[in-house]
Amino acid sequence: MIFDIEINDLVKTYHEVTAVDHLHLQVQRGEMLGLIGPDGAGKTSTLRILCGLLKADAGECLVGGYSVTKQIYQIRALVGYMPQRFSLYPDLTVAENLRFFADLFRVPKAERETRLERLLQFSKLGPFSNRRAQALSGGMKQKLALSCTLIHTPQILLLDEPTTGVDPVSRREFWAILKDLRDQGVTILVTTPYMDEAARCDRVAFIHKGKILALDTPEKIPDLFSGILYEITCDDFVRAANLLKEERDIASVQIFGDRVHVSGGDDCKIRIAIDNAMGRSGVASFEKNKIRASIEDVFVDLMR
Amino acid sequence: MHNRILPIIRKELIHILRDPRSLTIIFVLPTVMILLFGFAITFDIKDIKIAILDQDRSQASRQVAELFTNNQYFKIAADLTNRGQIEPLMMDRTIVAALVIPEGFGADLVAKPAASLQVLIDGSNANTATVVTNYITAALASYTMDLNSGLHAPVVVQPRIWYNPDLDSTKFIVPGLLAVLMMMICAMLTSITIAREKETGTMEQILVSPIRSYEIIIGKVLPYIVVAFVVASVVLAFAKIVFAVPIRGNLLLLAALSLVFIYASLSLGVLISSKARTQQVALMISLVGTLLPSILLSGFIFPLFALPKFLQALSYAVPARYYLVIVRGIMLKGIGFEYLYLPTLSLFLFGTLLLMISMKNFKTNLEG
Repeated sequence: MIFDIEINDLVKTYHEVTAVDHLHLQVQRGEMLGLIGPDGAGKTSTLRILCGLLKADAGECLVGGYSVTKQIYQIRALVGYMPQRFSLYPDLTVAENLRFFADLFRVPKAERETRLERLLQFSKLGPFSNRRAQALSGGMKQKLALSCTLIHTPQILLLDEPTTGVDPVSRREFWAILKDLRDQGVTILVTTPYMDEAARCDRVAFIHKGKILALDTPEKIPDLFSGILYEITCDDFVRAANLLKEERDIASVQIFGDRVHVSGGDDCKIRIAIDNAMGRSGVASFEKNKIRASIEDVFVDLMR
Repeated sequence: MHNRILPIIRKELIHILRDPRSLTIIFVLPTVMILLFGFAITFDIKDIKIAILDQDRSQASRQVAELFTNNQYFKIAADLTNRGQIEPLMMDRTIVAALVIPEGFGADLVAKPAASLQVLIDGSNANTATVVTNYITAALASYTMDLNSGLHAPVVVQPRIWYNPDLDSTKFIVPGLLAVLMMMICAMLTSITIAREKETGTMEQILVSPIRSYEIIIGKVLPYIVVAFVVASVVLAFAKIVFAVPIRGNLLLLAALSLVFIYASLSLGVLISSKARTQQVALMISLVGTLLPSILLSGFIFPLFALPKFLQALSYAVPARYYLVIVRGIMLKGIGFEYLYLPTLSLFLFGTLLLMISMKNFKTNLEG
């Protein structure tokens, strides 16, 4: 098995704050790995270290077999990195931005225009190729940014929250593009705060306080859930949640949309506790169903 | 070109051309400044308001008073009858000088080898006081010379001022302004353009390509050499047309040596931007770091030899110092390169040194 990214015992601190705390992670060639975690978990720091934008305090990273500390220029030729913030030139047109990055990566002139055509087509930005980047919508901007990262056909893609602030339709399109790339054999490490996006990856890594808490396929992640989980549906779910929190036999209470997820160690005790709390709340009717944990449940559980 | 300098240059030119507002500022700011400075900074004084107290009432004293009546530099503001009148006039700024011709002046002139009279000058502005003293002394000297012409003459000094015979201060201020302005604009242009990329995050995107720091720096500096050169030409045209400053030397030489100065100034901008993270910081540092030294430590207004020793030593690190020698030399003295290779070499070395430091300083990561 070939690993395109190998992170060993990585540490990064800013002044007194530890952003990455002895992190280990391996990404296989051709795999799409989702790095998921809350803000400040160390996602951006990790990606920036991988492309040499930040220096690690300790640990070793290999990208495409090259050492981040010693062979950064070889890595940069091989990697496409898309920062979280839109970082293209707003006063340049779509085509000008693409050509500029093609030149930076020394894409041969002969090949440049065919690649440009292909990227414009696949990002559906063709009709806007002469529009300035500042006049694009959020979704189009992200697709342009991705296209610019792809212009040198990188073997490895590092994407930092590529769909944050993008409308749902564009998000779906964006992930379809990523799926295509993965199918072509590109290794993708993508960070996201969205659970539904994590489910689209080959494997998911939970990162929290600079450490990987769990790493598995989206199908197996729910098995990591330690307890028993019930979903409660009722009208006044906020009030219900507050009362449920008072129960001794309920370990955690989470609101998911308009439902409440309740977990604990003993099935029988939880059911009694739920009925008890709901009885006190005085709601006319409620429904409780034992459910299989979602990725988010596992994540919340792991973070506690 | 096989490297990544050309695309950076091309992109930079698009930025410049697509931002008409900044482009206007680049050209309007120096134009306004040269007009303001050129008209406002002048050490030539006309219409000096003077009062005359003639206590002698002789033919000789009237002749002396007449020296000041038909003179474009003086204006008789009051004819006094007693000493007590002088101070109130000086206090309310009606006069800046008073001439007192004492009783017996005329008689002394005939009987004794020398006669004396008194001049009182408002010294609250030292600069004006000096100039006024010189004017009055000059006026009286010509009178003495006329008196002596009949007798056997003592030593007669005949000053002849070269290169700027009227001692017109615009002729020496305006070329100096060229140095100050170019220094400021060049440092500002480059430091801001690099700081802007850091601020907007585009630098992050460039840095993850295999680009090397020297490619970014050279690509950023080259387009601005062209812009700065055009600005210099505009300022020079103003100097010639509006202020009638002569260009006695070779214009091509002036252009070539100006390029060397622009190179040094742009390098300073690059050095600033290798440290500044935001456009505002870059702007502040380049303004303070260029404007004050270029005005105070370059010989722009104050002669360098009059400065304290440590400031003189410091002035060697101010590129405007060398360029002033070049500009005034070529424009006013009309001298050639054989007199100017030292300042030129200094500028070139200065620029190259700064550029080397910047390239070493400029990291292709975000840690800088």
